[in-house]
Amino acid sequence: MAKVQLKNLEKVYGNAFKAVHGINLEIDDGEFMVFVGPSGCAKSTTLRMVAGLEEISGGEVVIGDRRVNELPPGKRSIAMVFQNYALYPHMKVRGNLAFGLKIAGKPKAEIDAAIERVARILEIEPLLDRLPKQLSGGQAQRVALGRALIKKPGVFLFDEPLSNLDAKLRASMRVRITDLHRQLKAEGLSSTVIYVTHDQTEAMTMGDRICVMQAGHIMQVATPKELYERPANLFVAGFIGSPEMNLIDAKLDGSSFSVGSQSLPIGPHLEGRLSARPAEAVVGTRPQHLSLVADGPAFTAKLANAEFMGHEVYLHADLEGRRVVSVVGAADFETLGRSETIRLRPDLERLHIFDKTDGRNVSL
Amino acid sequence: MTDLTFNDRQAMRRARLSLISTAIRYILLCVVGFVMLYPLIWLVGASFKTNSEIFAGAGFLPENPTADGYIKGWQTSTPYTFGRFFWNSFLIILPKVIGTAISCTLAAYAFARFDFPLKKILFGSVIAILLLPNVVTRIPQYILFRDLGWLDSFLPLWVPSALAGDAFFVFMLVQFLRSLPTDMEEAARVDGANSLQTLIYIVVPMLAPALISVCLFQFMWTMNDFLGPLIYLSSVDKYPVSLALKLSIDTTEAFEWNRILAMSVLTIAPALIVFFAAQRYFIEGISSGGIKG
Ligand SMILES: Nc1ncnc2c1ncn2[C@@H]1O[C@H](COP(=O)(O)OP(=O)(O)O)[C@@H](O)[C@H]1O
Ligand SMILES: [Mg+2]
Repeated sequence: MAKVQLKNLEKVYGNAFKAVHGINLEIDDGEFMVFVGPSGCAKSTTLRMVAGLEEISGGEVVIGDRRVNELPPGKRSIAMVFQNYALYPHMKVRGNLAFGLKIAGKPKAEIDAAIERVARILEIEPLLDRLPKQLSGGQAQRVALGRALIKKPGVFLFDEPLSNLDAKLRASMRVRITDLHRQLKAEGLSSTVIYVTHDQTEAMTMGDRICVMQAGHIMQVATPKELYERPANLFVAGFIGSPEMNLIDAKLDGSSFSVGSQSLPIGPHLEGRLSARPAEAVVGTRPQHLSLVADGPAFTAKLANAEFMGHEVYLHADLEGRRVVSVVGAADFETLGRSETIRLRPDLERLHIFDKTDGRNVSL
Repeated sequence: MTDLTFNDRQAMRRARLSLISTAIRYILLCVVGFVMLYPLIWLVGASFKTNSEIFAGAGFLPENPTADGYIKGWQTSTPYTFGRFFWNSFLIILPKVIGTAISCTLAAYAFARFDFPLKKILFGSVIAILLLPNVVTRIPQYILFRDLGWLDSFLPLWVPSALAGDAFFVFMLVQFLRSLPTDMEEAARVDGANSLQTLIYIVVPMLAPALISVCLFQFMWTMNDFLGPLIYLSSVDKYPVSLALKLSIDTTEAFEWNRILAMSVLTIAPALIVFFAAQRYFIEGISSGGIKG
């Protein structure tokens, strides 16, 4: 069992900079957990504390049922894949794979069999006798993956492993890693994963659950679907989803909400969801949920720009001085979008209302 | 030949010009190189001359080549042959070079990769020692080694270096290590290696070019060191070659220049051989010092 628990985990760097502010998180055995957040939000720091590469300033890390704060990385039953591959430059691929097992004093026959198995899974058999500098980025990352896999660790730690690859390779490696995770799980091997990325697409496509971080705090932990549909606060709402959610300052008054001089009725569904009525509110609507309509209640906006993406069109419009984006079908665009002013209606059932002062979603 | 097009003729003209410019460049390099190397060439040539011929002209080709200088020079005017002095040099150099490599690597690894109390002050003192003129410490060192009873032994010549006493080498390795990414070492730690295993299996191979430079510098400086042996060694049977050369000037009233020159040639031979053998790594090591990264 390789459940990972972070309890009140803190990190203060030598220069007194507090990078991690008391994080609490439980990652189930076999779960694929993604840490996502903008650069500098302490994803790596947190991961490295789990790995044992960074000293823990406060709180504790529990792997399985052992508190590991004082254990060296090699004794924590973890394996790590680094952004820059971190292959040992003077060893052949074979040596890179074997290193951990050799240090552990495993017999040669066992090591050879393990190399064989991992090389087959990752399709790196032809590369076994090459040096790291003779590998392409994708090949090097597969070897790095192999070096983690061969140890049969309880927990895999990934720190932005795909950032150095080109877009196409990244997409295929994404699938390969999730497949591998599923395969390990099916074989009954412990395969908890903590995967760090700054890329929300990677997070959404790979994670069982996602932990969104900002400035050393956890903003929300949830499944991708939940994060997308029920963001807990403004930060998550803005970070997850592409194109970004429209977040517009608004006022709630009585049974309607207004943006600038225009207002729309709140409606019974949204009314029922509201847990508070903040004085200063922000309404959030995803571009996909802001549709182009001919009549009925809607906001009027000035069309600024239309990006044709094939079967859909991204409309950039000016709503009372605020830039909003709407994603509409190409057909709708042809019939309704070819004018200077357009009518945009938010889907009220999927509309979010946030308290502007603390960023909390009051419409969950 | 008349059906050559204009373009062909142009191309030929350009090829000829570039050939000429290459030729000029090479000739110039050869001439300058020859001038720089001439003393060395002359030394080798003159070591095969007779004593009377040495001062007869500046040419380096001996008229009647003779190995007399080598044979007589090897015998020396002492009870020992020159081989004995080479052996002495070797006995000083070997522990010194090996000791330097090991101790400086350990010290540099500690400074570059670990945090420990007083690290800043200790590293500061390494730099301070680097800037300190050597002569300042000669007398205190001499007294210290005298009290230890190490005079007239090889110990004062190599023990300080084998204990990372050469601040320059420590500094050089620290700079090199700082320029190396730490990812591989972290990967090794995750793979279960302890600090010492990480050092031996991961850091040392990456450090190899710099380490080879350190060994070469130490080898050459020790081979050429005159003052150290002069101060600490008093019995002739312990002299290294640098002192032995001087000896042959001291003891003969009429200098046998050809013997001195012959032994000089032998003395520089090991350094030259080692340098050329390791040239590639050597240059790699010093040039990649602080730049990579
Ligand atoms: N060794 C260090 N000393 C001081 N501050 C650091 C150190 N390493 C990282 N930080 C700071 O800690 C914060 C988190 O860094 P990091 O975990 O690398 O972020 P991320 O991986 O999310 O981009 C950043 O603000 C960074 O500047
Ligand atoms: Mg990072």
